[in-house]
Formats: sequence, C-alpha cells, structure tokens
Amino acid sequence: MSELRKISRREFLQRTGIAGGGLVFAVTLTSGCQPSATSDGAASVAPNVYVNIRDDNVVEIYCHRSEMGQGIRTSLPQVIADELEADWDRIELLQAPGDEKYGDQNTDGSTSIRKHFDVLRTAGASARETLIAAAAATWGVPAAELVAREHAVHHETSGRSASYGDLVAAAAEIEVPEELTFKDSADYRYIGEPMDLIDGFDMTTGAAMYGTDTVLPGMLHASIERCPVVGGTVKSLDDSAVLSVAGVEQVIRMPDGTSPPFYNPLGGVAVLASNSWSAQRGREALAIEWDKGLNADYDSETYRNQLVETSHTDGKTVLNRGDINAAFESAASLHEADYYAPHLSHAPMEPPAATAMMHDDGGCEVWTCSQDPQSVQDTIAGLLGIEKSQVRVNVTLLGGAFGRKSKADFSAEAAWLAKETGRPVKVTWSREDDIRHGYYHSVSAQYLKAGLDSEGNTKAWLHRSVFPSISSTFSAEATGPGGFELGLGMIDNPFAIPNMRLESGDAKAHVRIGWLRSVCNVYHAFAVCGFADELAHLAGEDPREYLLRLAGPPRMVNPADDGAEYANYGQGLETHPIDTGRYAAVVEKVAAMAGWGRELPDGHGLGIAVHRSFLSTVGTVAEVRVDSAGKLHVEELWTTIDAGLVVNPDRVASQMEGAGIFGMSLALHGEITAKEGGIVQGNYDTYPVIRMSEAPKAIHAHIMDVDAPPGGVGEPGVPPVAPAIVNAYFAATGKRIRELPLRKAGVV
Amino acid sequence: MAIEFTLNGQSLSLDVDPAMPLLWAIRDIAGLTGTKYGCGKALCGACNVHVDGQPVRSCSVPLSAVSGLAVTTIEGLSADGDHPVQRAWREFNVPQCGYCQSGQIMSAAALLERNPNPSDADIDMAMSGNICRCGTYTRIRKAIHRAAGGES
Repeated sequence: MSELRKISRREFLQRTGIAGGGLVFAVTLTSGCQPSATSDGAASVAPNVYVNIRDDNVVEIYCHRSEMGQGIRTSLPQVIADELEADWDRIELLQAPGDEKYGDQNTDGSTSIRKHFDVLRTAGASARETLIAAAAATWGVPAAELVAREHAVHHETSGRSASYGDLVAAAAEIEVPEELTFKDSADYRYIGEPMDLIDGFDMTTGAAMYGTDTVLPGMLHASIERCPVVGGTVKSLDDSAVLSVAGVEQVIRMPDGTSPPFYNPLGGVAVLASNSWSAQRGREALAIEWDKGLNADYDSETYRNQLVETSHTDGKTVLNRGDINAAFESAASLHEADYYAPHLSHAPMEPPAATAMMHDDGGCEVWTCSQDPQSVQDTIAGLLGIEKSQVRVNVTLLGGAFGRKSKADFSAEAAWLAKETGRPVKVTWSREDDIRHGYYHSVSAQYLKAGLDSEGNTKAWLHRSVFPSISSTFSAEATGPGGFELGLGMIDNPFAIPNMRLESGDAKAHVRIGWLRSVCNVYHAFAVCGFADELAHLAGEDPREYLLRLAGPPRMVNPADDGAEYANYGQGLETHPIDTGRYAAVVEKVAAMAGWGRELPDGHGLGIAVHRSFLSTVGTVAEVRVDSAGKLHVEELWTTIDAGLVVNPDRVASQMEGAGIFGMSLALHGEITAKEGGIVQGNYDTYPVIRMSEAPKAIHAHIMDVDAPPGGVGEPGVPPVAPAIVNAYFAATGKRIRELPLRKAGVV
Repeated sequence: MAIEFTLNGQSLSLDVDPAMPLLWAIRDIAGLTGTKYGCGKALCGACNVHVDGQPVRSCSVPLSAVSGLAVTTIEGLSADGDHPVQRAWREFNVPQCGYCQSGQIMSAAALLERNPNPSDADIDMAMSGNICRCGTYTRIRKAIHRAAGGES
C-alpha cells in the first residue's frame, strides 16, 4: 500500500502559488499500488491509505478522524469522493484504527477540515489519476484524452468506458502518478452540498455503536472507585463485602495516578463483574480510606479570591502597543471591570467508556470512544510496557466528547484491567465519575481597563487574564497561562485601539485541566465581548456601531507587530488572517439577520457578540426576555459564521445550532466547584445543562459566502453565545453581569 | 426467580437479580445496546423505553417492575426503522453524536401516541426530560411536527 505524503497548506502554497482549483499538484509517493484482498474476498487496490477501490465497484474510504457529532464521517468522504469522482452511493465508509500512517488523528481544535482538506482531496485526486492511468495503459491511449466521471473513466473520442471496479486489476500495475490535478471548485459535486448523515439510519434505529456498546465474549464489566482528590492514593482497602455481591468476580487495585497526571489512570480500586449492575453494586460495598495528597485543600471560594487578587496586580506582558499608562492619564474617562468564569465539565451524554483485551502475542486491542487514538496507543504502551505498534485502537462512535475524550485515561484503565485479569474488560464510567474526575475547563479571572477620549473612542485597553494552565496536566512546573492559551481569544484581539497591553497572571492547578469546546476562547470572548459592550454604552453608542468602530478600517492584524508570540491555531496568517474587514462583515450580517434596531416588546433586549476562533469568525445575536420575576429567557439566537470554504453547509448549520445550546448551558448553568479537594457536583441535577424547555424557539444559522481556505467549525460557534446573552440582558434591564453562570446572579 | 416479560415482541425469561435496573438487563443480559446509559438517575432520558406503550426511564425501574409487561426498545419501535418519527429524524438530519437519540425518539413516539398533533408547548413539556448535550432541540421540534403529519 502506498503512503500518501502529508502536505501542509503552507507547503502546498509554496509549491503552487495559488489555492484555486484545476492545479497540478506534485505528490511524493513511496511506492506503487499493491493489490490487496478485502474481508469479503473481493480484489482491490489502494492508491493511498485513505482509499481502497474494490473490483465489485465499491470504493472504501477510511475516516481517520473521530465522529463526535460534528459530522466528519459525512464531510470527510464528501471531499475524497468529490476529487475521486466517485458516486456517493458506491462508497463504503470505514473507521480507521489509530495508526501513524494516517497522519494526525487527534480530533480536536476544529482541525478535521481546516487542516486536512488538502490531504483529503489529494487522496481523492491520487486515486482518480491512478485509475485514469490504468485505463490509459489498458486502452493504449494518452491519459490526457481520458476523463473520470460518475465512478468510471471515459475515452470520449472512442466511446470507451470502464467502471472503477473494472480498472482494479490494471491499477494494481500502475505507479501512482506524482502529478495531480485538483478539480475546479465550480465542478464540485459533493463539496458544498448538504449531504445527509452517513450514520443517520444507524443513529435512529439503535444500531450505532458507541464506546459503551462493545461486547466481547467472556467480557467483564468494571466500575472503578477513584480518590475524590487528584493525586490521592489508597491508604487502606477493605473489600470483604464486595465478593459476596452476586455477579462480582474480582477486585483489583489500580496503579496510582502520576504527577503530573498526563493521560494516565487516576488510580483507585476496580470491581469487575459479569454485568454492569453487579460491578456498580460491588463498588458500593468497597470500604476505602484515602490519602488525599497535596490537593486536599482545594476550595473554589478561596481560590477565586486568589485569582481575582492576582488579576489586580501587574502581570506578565504578552502584547504591548503604544503607551497604555500615558493613554490612561490623558483619557477623558476610565472604565474597569472584573470578569469571572468557573471550571466546567464536558458532561458528554456518553460517559467515558472503553473495552480492552490482550492478545496471545502480548499485544493489546482496545475499542474506545477516543478523539485521539494514537495517544491511546502511546498511553497504553507506556502503562503496559509494550510497543506502541502492539496496541490496536478501534475507534467507535463518540457519544459526545467536547474535548474530554481526547484523554486516554479511561482507555488505559480498560487495558490495565484486561492485562491483570487476562480477560476482555469493559470500563464504563458513571455520570458521577465523569463529572467528578474530569479534565476541567479552566476557571478564570480577568481584569479589564479602558480609557476613552471625549468622543467615546477607546484609546487604551488593558486586559489581564489569570487561570491555571492546561500545561499543568503535562508538567508539574506549569504555573500559569501558556502563550498557546492566551492566543485563544486574547492575543488575537482585532480591535484598532492605539494603546493596548495584554497580560497574564500565574495560577497553580489543583485539578486536572483540559480543553473543552473552544477552550480559553470561552472566557476570553466573554470578557472581551462583554467589556466592548460596556464601552459602547459608556460612549453612548449602539453596540453594533461601536463594534465596527473598534474593528476599525479593514486590515490584517498581526500580533507579532506588537511583540506577541502568536500561533494562529497552527496555520499561517497569510492563509488565515485576522482580517477586520471579514470581522466587520460578520457584525453587519448577524445584526441584519436579527433585525437589529427594531422595536422590541417590553422586557426584551438584543445583544451582539462577535469572536474569531479556530480561524473562523462567528457573530451571535441573542434576544432575551426578562419576565416579571426577573428571570431571563433566551427567545431566539441568530448566528453567522465566516469559515471560508464549507464542505457540508447542513453540518455547519447544525454545529452553529448546537453551539448555541452548548453556549447557553455554560452561560446559564455550568459551574464546577471544589471543596476539600473534591468536586461538589455529580450529575445533571447539580450540573444542569439546557433542556428543550429552555431552548430558544429558533436558532438561525447563516454561512458567509467567502472564497477563502476552510476555517474551523466545531468550536467557533460557542464563544460569542454567553456574551451575547449578557449583553442582551443589559439591553433589557440596564444591569451588567460579569460572572458565569448567570444563575448565580439569580436571573435564571 | 426468573422475571418473565416481552422484549420487542419476544418472550424473555431472565434469571437475574430482580432489583437490576431494566436498562442493564436490556443492555448486558438481553444484549440490546440501542438503549443508552446517561445518568442512572432518571435525569436525562437516554435510557427511555416503552413499557406497555408508556415511556419509562429504564435506568430507574427494577427488572421486577416489568414482570408480565411488554417492553419496547428503539430496536423494536419499527420493523425497518421506518416509524414516522425515525423517518422525520432522518429528513431533518437531527442527530449530531446520536447517543441520546434513541431516548429522544422513544419519547417523541410516545408523545405522538397520546397527542397526534402536539403544539410547541406540548413538545417542550414532553421532551424536556431528554437531554441532548449536542443541542439538537430545535431540529427535534421540527421533526416531531413533521412526524405528526404537519409542516415543520
């Protein structure tokens, strides 16, 4: 099987100079096609690792990204099938196991399309050109006279045609062509089309298989009691009552957690039984005394005071423009504000779950709802002391993930127990396990100060962000925000303010910190978009107009011009700029959609927030109603996304709808707190999320038609939701809320 | 003592702890995995099934409670996956991750059984026990109206 070389867009641009269609694209391939047999015995040929063409005319496409609701199992084959000129009803989608040969499989950062679009269409184009070359060799005509269309290669002058399946044998003798031509975007068949969900039937009939659904012969079900505090260990264990619970077969001490925690299991005690219920009941019969370790005093109220205090003292400057102190001194008016947002839990509907078994050769095989199967390989290899290549990771569907399932801890638990018992083991976390033992979205305190001139122009902007870093999960030395986190919605501030200083403040972590859908953009957008709205009112201007004034003239912003280190989500500013013209276009479009400026019923308010993240810009307008009891209801949401090229507009719209609900959950309800080192919340009663009764009557999604490379989609819809709601609440009531969740202010 | 009941039209006799929640009996003993665990406390609706036609949170009902009754899961809602609710779900591409949708569909089907033409308020009332973390609520409303035979 040939290796398809991964080519970054940067490299791609260097080679070709332009990013349009109809290009010649040179790829380096390590070997020619190899014939291979498929499971049902059909002959086939695989021009690259993503495509296998069978002689029964079915094209197998390997999805190397995890499906967690973003629709990638539909969008990914759209790109490959389009370039391959394959018929949609003759493709078969297979989920790729974790394997370096597929390149990056870590399904996070909204990268599946924005970072893989070129790889995917290269995969399709290389398969297409291989088939064309095979037909050319078979018929003895120049390849240039052939076209691929509708799952076949055609020679128009002679009227000859051959289906892809009929070309498999000839293709096996062909070197995969190194020069590829991409289709012109005007000729796309599937890219840009709202294709129906590939998994739609299975998901509506109970046939879809998730991490919790794996069943292996002789399998044990495990339920694990873990220390309430990260870093805690078992001091004493009495399991005498456990084995008398019907169905329980074994009790096993897990290996202690590590410091820093990485993706390793948290430790604790596992109860293994013939069914889930017995394992849960057996676990309740455990008597464990814990040594709670160094984080036993973590208390969210005390910690909050520390964060806020830090945010009020000079921090580490990460971007500096102009002279902020002089600008504050000469300002006609000054305004300052504290913004605060708590830890959050991902709480996907499917809790973490994985099944593992050991093979006779010492290898380990896992079935797991992982966003990142290669890190599962790494983690299990390290834990079991085997080679990465000995760990086979089968990726199931993910019943929601939102960043939680990027972590391999639950998969590694299953692998450890499979090794200890010598039997297949399924580990299923309870909802309480999930909420109490997460990799939490970081708690944050932010301080902002602005100076305005006599005409209401913001002349100076100070933003200080304080939160424990994700780095703490991987390094015991981590003391505060990393540049990669400050680049998520703080350093990439697009505002045309002549004097700006951005600072960070240190904070030590006492729980495992991870990334949650849109990560630091959640609290940075909350503060930046909320504070911008405050300044609009201070200046006596309409918030929409004021956002346009802050954005300034259309231009490309480069944080490096002001001394900042900025990663731009791992892609170049030349392809994915911070373009204030595009920002302003989103402001104007979303406002127009919502009928900005229209007369509203009493108690209603409109709020607007616009934020760029993951290389896309999203604007949200919320209409809220505040009832006679002072409670807030989100009546309707309007959202506009500029994500450049879009593969499946229906999936993009669904992500905007879902982001509206996810953003509402964190705005209205979401809060994780710690007391005596442990997490207070435990289930959907104490960690509520939005239900249908609270859902807006409509969420309107608009996709901007922009000729630009694709940006992210899964995450960028979330950040503007909370500030849009807060700004709408202010418009309705004149009251400003600067802390999430809103229920703490008694308005939900 | 074995508990006897009907699961998707087939008679079953399960010799397990009668206190075992119906959810785990369906998933681990009967081997049908379409019914999902989400919370274990009747808070999220992912485990919804029908017991003698009524929607029930299977995570919070002991197996003994369905003795002699007819249990229907998502796998038994229709012969070919073509219940009007299932069809409407596909027409609007409702699912995102899909995990909660078995429970959502079972709740919606039960709602339409007792109220063939529900209003938005009826839908909100009937469906608010089902959490969708992906946030498909607005499409679920449209799909229920379509399954009821109306325009969305």
